[in-house]
Amino acid sequence: MQKRKIEIAVGVFVVFGLAALVMLAVKVSNLAAVSEENGYVIKARFSNIGGLKVRAPVLVGGVRIGKVADVTLDSQTYEAVVVMDVSSKYKNLPKDTSASIFTAGLLGEQYVGLDPGGDTAFLKNGDEIKLTQAAFVMEQVLGQFLFSKASGDKAPNE
Amino acid sequence: MSEEILETPDVLVRLRGVTFKRGDRMILDGMDIDIVRGKITTIMGPSGTGKTTVLRLIGGQLNPDAGLVEVDGQNVPKLDRRGLFALRKRMGMMFQSGALFSDLSVFENVAFPLREHTKLPENMIRDLVLMKLEAVGLRGARALMPSELSGGMARRVAMARAIALDPMMIMYDEPFTGQDPITVGVIMKLIRMLNDNLGLTSVIVSHDVQEVAAISDYMYLISDGKVVDHGDPDVLGRSASPWVQQFLSGLADGPAGFHFPAPDYAEDLLAGTAN
Amino acid sequence: MLEWLRRIGARALLFFERLGRALLFLLRVVAVLPQLVGEFRLCITQIYSVGVLSMQLIAISGLTVGMVLGLQGYNTLVDFGAEQSLGQAVALSLVRELGPVLTALLFAGRAGSALTAEIGLMRVTEQLPAMEMMAVDPFRRVFAPRFLAGVVSMPLLAAMFSALGIIGGSMIGVGLLGIDSGAFWSQMQAKVDIYDDILNGVIKSVVFGVVATWIAVFEGFDASPTTEGVSRATTRTVVHTAFAVLGLDFVLTALMFGGL
Repeated sequence: MQKRKIEIAVGVFVVFGLAALVMLAVKVSNLAAVSEENGYVIKARFSNIGGLKVRAPVLVGGVRIGKVADVTLDSQTYEAVVVMDVSSKYKNLPKDTSASIFTAGLLGEQYVGLDPGGDTAFLKNGDEIKLTQAAFVMEQVLGQFLFSKASGDKAPNE
Repeated sequence: MSEEILETPDVLVRLRGVTFKRGDRMILDGMDIDIVRGKITTIMGPSGTGKTTVLRLIGGQLNPDAGLVEVDGQNVPKLDRRGLFALRKRMGMMFQSGALFSDLSVFENVAFPLREHTKLPENMIRDLVLMKLEAVGLRGARALMPSELSGGMARRVAMARAIALDPMMIMYDEPFTGQDPITVGVIMKLIRMLNDNLGLTSVIVSHDVQEVAAISDYMYLISDGKVVDHGDPDVLGRSASPWVQQFLSGLADGPAGFHFPAPDYAEDLLAGTAN
Repeated sequence: MLEWLRRIGARALLFFERLGRALLFLLRVVAVLPQLVGEFRLCITQIYSVGVLSMQLIAISGLTVGMVLGLQGYNTLVDFGAEQSLGQAVALSLVRELGPVLTALLFAGRAGSALTAEIGLMRVTEQLPAMEMMAVDPFRRVFAPRFLAGVVSMPLLAAMFSALGIIGGSMIGVGLLGIDSGAFWSQMQAKVDIYDDILNGVIKSVVFGVVATWIAVFEGFDASPTTEGVSRATTRTVVHTAFAVLGLDFVLTALMFGGL
């Protein structure tokens, strides 16, 4: 009957549409990673975060374990406070883990790399990482290099 | 000029002093019309005189700027949505082009009002639809789509749809226009038959003099927004007004001029040869 | 000079008058939506004519656009040695922008103009006044089901467009140009965010669906009841939808992605 064919077609249409949405959500996006990362929260302070953005990945040994949830400025110490969501799968990060800000590739976006220490006590929800290294800021390094080059060149002439 | 009747007629629709303007144009200017119950009343006049506007006013699709529009004792412009809704269910209307719903079959078109306004079971609706289609002679065409119907057939289906809810009154907007003589004859016969057999009141708006005069019980001639004359067809045929005579006999020129107002002919032609 | 100003003023007034009518129309349609619960059959039929019949066009367009993105993206990225990022380039372009926008434009051309023509024709053949005289509200029976059908169909169609586009891109990138399949998909998954990208894309397509369907149905409703009037109304639907979608896209993009 004409009506049944139409209803079946609409059903197929809706199924295809939802399938497309599901595909986009699961295969195309970072759904898997993001949904896991609501485990616990840890903080770290940096003197300079460079180009680090919210939602930037948090990696340990190159493996993504979480993301940057928020970046604020502490108005008393003028340090950048980076709040990170870490997947609950990785509960045993030692308390003396250090955090640094790296750049992916030469021109890529920046991420937080965690280097686990040797402490037997683990970071818990709300804890802060004490050892941090600021981001690599091109201008500063170039400046240092030029400065040292300049003083290096002078020495032989004296 | 109005006929003397022995008993007071039962008036179903009453228009008194109805005025309707569209922008600056006066379409209806103080009109008085009585539609008597159970009879076929025709409203005639030249094209564009607002005949369709009268139907719209009766149906409550338009509100008059002044005057009274009363249907079955109810003041139409003052009705709220529910009242208008209820009143419209008792009125049937046949539009000039039939106005059948193009995405529904003939059967579905006639069933439409039944489905929308009643909770009758499907088999009862089927019987009612077939009965209505039988009355207009199209029971066999019930599965066709409107695009497959001829103009005459489409109008007959529209009539069947108009009587689906057994209304008290049907309005016909130019039912004969553009139809071949046989179809005109069929529609005339149907209008008369439905009116008498179903005890309806019929209002026809038309400018086809011959056809309409044959079946009308009463006629109103309107022009320039006013009622020029009214009466039953014989009385009107003997009317003294030259305008009425011109209209009824279809003369090209007379009181209603042939020429659209224009400057003097000779001057107009010569003006083109200015040097 | 004064005449010129007067003309601009007159046109502006006309524009606002029309916009006002369109808004009132939209309000009436939305007000009637709850009553559609009983008109399930009608809505299904409308979703069929609006959504299902557009599926072929959207699917093929999505696939080919994705394939082209794959090719062009590769050509550009290979200069930077970044061709392994093709997956994320294709996916982000589609999900954030091309999916919702192109689907909306194609929708306006195919389904939108068909809606306008259908409703305009109903107006010419007096079907709408006939319905009113039968005490049936055309908003409930004609306009609202079509509006709902468009709003429901558009996000589904946009998702199909994006999904097929990504598949098309992968066919070209991985199948033809030799990019590593693992890199293609894993880079994509790392960079496409479910909230920022997918959800925003869906929101865009819903907004476009509302606007495109609203314009299509209103233009049909507002058309002059002549053949010329209907023809002009269908043209207006396509043109106005294009302007509206592109303009809204800019606004939405600025709101959603401008902060990044």
